Amino acid sequence: MSTDTDVMRGPGARTRPAWLNQWLKGETLLAWLFILPSLIGFITFYAVPAIRGLLISFTNWDMLRPAQNVGLANYQQLLADDQFWHALRVTSYYVLLNIPLQTIVAIGLAVMMDRLTKSLVVRGILVLPWLLPPVVVALIWLWILDPTLGIANQALRAIGVPRQDFLGGVVQAMPSIALINNWQYTGYTALLIFAGLQTIPKDVYEAGAIDGAGETRMFWSITLPLLRPVLVFVLVTTVIGSFQIFDTIAITTKGGPIDATRVINWYIYEVAFARFQMGYATALAVALFVILLIVTILQMRFLQSGQSDLA
Amino acid sequence: MMQPRHRFVLTVFVLMLALGVLAACSPSAPTQAPAPSAPAGQQPAGQQPAAPAKAGATTIRYALWDSNQQPAYQQCVDAFQKKNPNITVKIEQAGWGDYWSSIQTGMVSGTAPDVFTNHLAKYPEFAQKGQLVDIEPLVKRDNVPTNIYVGQLAELWSREGKRYGLPKDWDTVAIVYNADMLKKANIDPATIKDWTWNAQDGGTFGQAIAKLSIDSKGNDGTSPNFDPKNVTQYGFIHQGSGGFAGQTQWSMFAVSNGFKFIDAPWSKKYYYDDPKLAETMAWYYSLVKKGFAPPLADVKSLGGGTLFQSGKGAMTTDGSWTINDYLNNSKFQVGFGLLPKGPNGRKSMFNGLADSIWVGSKNQDAAWQWVKFAASPECADLVGATGVVFPAIKSGVDKSLAFRKSKNVDVSAFTEEGLDNNVTFLFPITDNGAQISNIMDPLMDSIMLGQAEPAAALKDANAKVNALFK
Repeated sequence: MSTDTDVMRGPGARTRPAWLNQWLKGETLLAWLFILPSLIGFITFYAVPAIRGLLISFTNWDMLRPAQNVGLANYQQLLADDQFWHALRVTSYYVLLNIPLQTIVAIGLAVMMDRLTKSLVVRGILVLPWLLPPVVVALIWLWILDPTLGIANQALRAIGVPRQDFLGGVVQAMPSIALINNWQYTGYTALLIFAGLQTIPKDVYEAGAIDGAGETRMFWSITLPLLRPVLVFVLVTTVIGSFQIFDTIAITTKGGPIDATRVINWYIYEVAFARFQMGYATALAVALFVILLIVTILQMRFLQSGQSDLA
Repeated sequence: MMQPRHRFVLTVFVLMLALGVLAACSPSAPTQAPAPSAPAGQQPAGQQPAAPAKAGATTIRYALWDSNQQPAYQQCVDAFQKKNPNITVKIEQAGWGDYWSSIQTGMVSGTAPDVFTNHLAKYPEFAQKGQLVDIEPLVKRDNVPTNIYVGQLAELWSREGKRYGLPKDWDTVAIVYNADMLKKANIDPATIKDWTWNAQDGGTFGQAIAKLSIDSKGNDGTSPNFDPKNVTQYGFIHQGSGGFAGQTQWSMFAVSNGFKFIDAPWSKKYYYDDPKLAETMAWYYSLVKKGFAPPLADVKSLGGGTLFQSGKGAMTTDGSWTINDYLNNSKFQVGFGLLPKGPNGRKSMFNGLADSIWVGSKNQDAAWQWVKFAASPECADLVGATGVVFPAIKSGVDKSLAFRKSKNVDVSAFTEEGLDNNVTFLFPITDNGAQISNIMDPLMDSIMLGQAEPAAALKDANAKVNALFK
């Protein structure tokens, strides 16, 4: 975590009187007051439970009998657990299905929103799926994709395509879930990117136009490079979100068929609330946390989130 | 200038997001279980501080999962309250899917119901964790007869001298058929009782299934032209892959083929690697492959019962607790027939529910009074008269049959099996139920999806299951 140690050095390096001055001016105090409500929420609902979770991961707590300290046994079990590795593979597969498609479509939508239409209605429609509760979305798609009754198969049959299993098939289940979530979240991602597009100065485009660049050329040479900081933010949050996919699976496949969609979060849920092995479940959660941390640091390193080409 | 701060903010944000994973898993309840009464129910109920029975009204909460049974048990509650004016019983119902996690989390947070309907697959774990009151001393104290129950129902709920519930009902599995479809295929329902089954060609039962399967061109399954890709009517609708017990799916075929789950209740060794089971599963899956039964995906999404009721198939196998469901929701005449005779005769799983008392209940005395009543002939007769399930006591079963007869429905297939000890075999009752299910459920799915070869897969799974007991 060299990123934040840099920052930590920042305030420390300053001279104390200046720091005190700021306090006296009341700005820092005011800032903390503003942060306080969400800080309380963060500590109560995130930090404390997370630390408790970490502690539980060193025990064999089953919720009903007193917990015993088992040291690193849960983590040893985890390394040898086929289901854990399988869950990781399945989750990565989902992320790979989900993120590239969603990001590409979202960029396309955002550019269209920005360059082609100013209609609020059209822009509104794009984010509409995101306004629906995920459970409702999953239920709607569960019915649409039902192998026997679903409208998707009826439509396919009308054009002569044979019946598809969709969520009920080992091969098709994960792509189906990825598509459902794409449908739901692409509009929102597009909105974030669209906001990023607003930060690109118009004169850059004017300069490009004067130099004779077309719409495509400007996209590759102006829009994308200048959009990078926002894209990094979008990618980091959507990748983390994808790794934590749960609701769609809980509604549609419950980890099946067989274990084709048993993603890591669903596996954690099963261990915790079907098998009641809280110690092991929290160890799995800690592992997921560490994995996400590494993925995020790598992403931010590679994409140089800190620098903008505008500067 | 803004850069480092920007990065810092992003990092913090990301950390918060990621931390959510951890937080989601960490319960808000205290790490220590609240159960002050460590060994299950050693305190005689009389000494409970539940004395307010004198002071005034006691309310106990009673949980069950089958909404169909709620009205029947409400009748019992009314009768009970009339006899015990100082006790009020409040029924709480939650679907099977949420039932067990809500009971367990309730035990952790101290809000579990005083009495709850328990299942053989679930109670060993609760007992092991000291969450169930041992009612054996109470049974002895109040001289509750345990020999009035059908078959071995009462024994299923006791282990090493402790007793964790009094039986209230039982169930068996039978063939459910669409009488109209049988008629069209010229199959006389009266012949069902003579049907045979074997794992090689399915016997006469298998022939009936083939004959009842019809494709879009009108060929039936016995014709060489039968097109398994365009089936309009399935001969047999299976109830899914059945997981670790296959109660309404494959257990009756496997056991009639000579398979047994375990040697006796509480064994520490399963026999899922028995070739007899592999054979049975191969036959079971062959129905799907031949187009005689729907793909697993269809059954998973709608449920075998719904597929049958919507006229997608001619026969299915299901448990006696679903009789009402079939009768009320089918637009055609439904009949119930005996399961076919396998190489080892006719076999049906025999299972029963019982009411258990939670150790954390503050009104264990009142709870015991209710458990006793719910398992009494009086309640059995009330429940039996509604026909919704077969009560654990013979007189209640008669009431149930009489009710069906008055409606011109013959459900004797279930009772004939249930009351014959040569037919019934017990639900496999052992420790580690949740983990066995965790191993077997996906495995049986993969067999029914044609993704695993039964013999090898079952052998492998059996090793994993038996390793749980080491």
